[in-house]
Amino acid sequence: MTKEKAQVLACIDGSALTESVCDYAAWIAEKVDVPLKLLHTINHHHETSVSSDLSGNIGLGTQEHLLEEITNLEQQQNKLKMQQGKLILQAATEHIEKKDVFPSSTQRHGDLIEAVIDLENSMRVLVLGLRGQVHDNQENKIGAKLEAVIRSLHRPILIVNDSFTTPERIMIAYDGSKAADKAVEMVATSPLYKGLTCHLVCVNNNETTADKLLNQATAILQSAENIEVIPAKLRGKADQELCAYQDKHNIDLTVMGAFSHTRLHDMLLGSFTHKMLVNTKKPLLLLR
Amino acid sequence: MLLLSKKQDWLGNIRGDVLAGTVVALALIPEAIAFSIIAGVDPKVGLYASFCIAFITAIIGGRPGMISAATGAMALLMVTLVKDHGLQYLLAATLLTGLLQLISGYLKLGSLMSFVSRSVVTGFVNALAILIFMAQLPELTNVTWEVYAMTAAGLGFIYLFPYVPFIGKILPSPLVCIVVLTGVTMYLNLDIRTVGDMGELPDTLPIFLWPEVPLTWETLKIILPYSVPLAVVGLLESLMTATIVDDLTDTDSDKNRECKGQGIANIGAGLMGGMAGCAMIGQSIINVKSGGRGRLSTLVAGCFLLIMVVFLDEWIKQIPMAALVAVMIMVSIGTFSWESIIHLKQHPLSANIIMLATVSVVVWTHNLALGVFVGILLAALFFANKISHFMYVGSVMDDVTGTRIYHVHGQVFFNSADRFTANFDFKEAVDKVTIDLTHAHFWDISAVSALDKVVLKFRREGAEVDLIGQNEASSTIIDRFGIHDNPEEIEKVMGGH
Repeated sequence: MTKEKAQVLACIDGSALTESVCDYAAWIAEKVDVPLKLLHTINHHHETSVSSDLSGNIGLGTQEHLLEEITNLEQQQNKLKMQQGKLILQAATEHIEKKDVFPSSTQRHGDLIEAVIDLENSMRVLVLGLRGQVHDNQENKIGAKLEAVIRSLHRPILIVNDSFTTPERIMIAYDGSKAADKAVEMVATSPLYKGLTCHLVCVNNNETTADKLLNQATAILQSAENIEVIPAKLRGKADQELCAYQDKHNIDLTVMGAFSHTRLHDMLLGSFTHKMLVNTKKPLLLLR
Repeated sequence: MLLLSKKQDWLGNIRGDVLAGTVVALALIPEAIAFSIIAGVDPKVGLYASFCIAFITAIIGGRPGMISAATGAMALLMVTLVKDHGLQYLLAATLLTGLLQLISGYLKLGSLMSFVSRSVVTGFVNALAILIFMAQLPELTNVTWEVYAMTAAGLGFIYLFPYVPFIGKILPSPLVCIVVLTGVTMYLNLDIRTVGDMGELPDTLPIFLWPEVPLTWETLKIILPYSVPLAVVGLLESLMTATIVDDLTDTDSDKNRECKGQGIANIGAGLMGGMAGCAMIGQSIINVKSGGRGRLSTLVAGCFLLIMVVFLDEWIKQIPMAALVAVMIMVSIGTFSWESIIHLKQHPLSANIIMLATVSVVVWTHNLALGVFVGILLAALFFANKISHFMYVGSVMDDVTGTRIYHVHGQVFFNSADRFTANFDFKEAVDKVTIDLTHAHFWDISAVSALDKVVLKFRREGAEVDLIGQNEASSTIIDRFGIHDNPEEIEKVMGGH
């Protein structure tokens, strides 16, 4: 993997969040100075049949005819989907070009998860809407594939859930875990956060632990230039407290580790990341 | 792991799967009965097998939407076992078949399918169609004219009914054929053979039965010669069918999982009083055509089949054999690859010979495994022969030093070794011979010994022999090709060709 090739990848599907996905992606691309690529995937629903003939007989050449027939039907369907996707990409490109960022765009067949895994090596950060077309405008739902995408990638992922505002105050949800350390390190080193105010928030019921954790992380962040650090200690339920803090301090963006537990663990105990995804009103930058 | 499957494999296409599964179940009943009759067992053996195999492969098979049940290819292999030793030995052989298939799944033998060339597959499919057709002939010889009339009428219903407006596309025409012919037989009280004459039908749900055979070496000696070809043919037909379904639905399947699934399905069938089975080409095509894509279609087919058979057995007994024969002729016509006849003219002779040899061996021996074996062998020989032509030896005379320089290009192996030797002129009296092997590939020990022979011969004639590029030439004599997966290594070894 070469550094030059790394790019911001924005996944769009024409749902309500597409525009702000583009805006956030353009913001990152501009600040970090890397190319921006727009991705649209054409999902083939292979598991559903396109035609159904219940006559139940087979004769000479049935197999060949059937293949021909299914191929024709799918060709028509997918041509249409491809055309629609092209229009979405074109609209997004025009929207972004207004901001003097010039994105490239790509269209891939198949599942979104497959597509982002294929592109992982050339990806610096992935920008994705909280909801796709399926759950469009359903406030309390998150995208069907979101968790799977987050779990299958090892790059930072920005989850967009609202219209764009240029981030000025960011919050790091810090708990001393490996992912959280990585988040702190990334914020300290990446050009994206230069000139921003960074709230370093630790939710821990034990004061001394919280102090210890915060001191370490604050030191790292303060070593970086041009970042204003505001440490904060909170008590209580992490997801509720973090969201409340977000509201209170007008946080524009939250950085946190994501899905550090296995699926089974989360299924039994509930996932913190999942709760944050549902409850937060501002974009989340997730690190794996 | 075998139980894990994606949610959309089960629930992605519920309406299509249930409808298609129903259509398939209706077509499976006559087939399962017909194949039981081929094998020489009661219809219930094939019907129980079809239920167990469809049910189990639906859950653990590697190819969603593929239909597995009791099949003709397998039935043909067990005829003599049933005749000589009876049903219990067939059940034991079925268990062993499943076990062998399960093991081959874990050994990942599914990947050996890459050795089965396109022509062998076509030959297999055509041979299968011919065998299914031939198996119907006993029902059509020495019978009254009514049987011929009924069979012809049945075929008419099957192929013409779909043209009837509206209902033609929603009622499966094989079902219409069976219902109408059964009705006619009962109404006219015709004296022709019916399914009830062929043996027992299931009257209960299948129950767990351990085959009543002694667990001795003697038993193993009896069943193993049947289980091995059964396992091979079952896997071959299943993997071929999986490929067909892959192509039709433009999706991939897990071939090794399919092997394991077939194995467990046969073990299940053996324990529930069923005969060995595998995937069915014809039924799988019907399933896809009817809109079946997911695992649900196979499950519905299996369950619906059992329910119908258990509750409608009094009616099923009345089905005339002529109706069954008509359905089976349809299956045989549908399985046959019509394209292969059209392509005979365009395909190379070697491909046609492989295909026809596969068909003839199968039709002659009634053993699909033998046919495939012959096909693969022929394909390998033809390939070796083709590749051996990619070798030549050029030579120049260097008059200054009095040296004859031979340049060897291309592939030297067992088949081209003699031609390699024949290219050297041993009668020419020269002092020095140089053999440049830089652009040659020595694939095996035959090639090396041919070279040794050439060198010895020149030395006996009194010449000095000098070899160039021996290392490059012999770098292909290795049995482990692991390192040659990357382009640079291949370029290094095969460079210049």
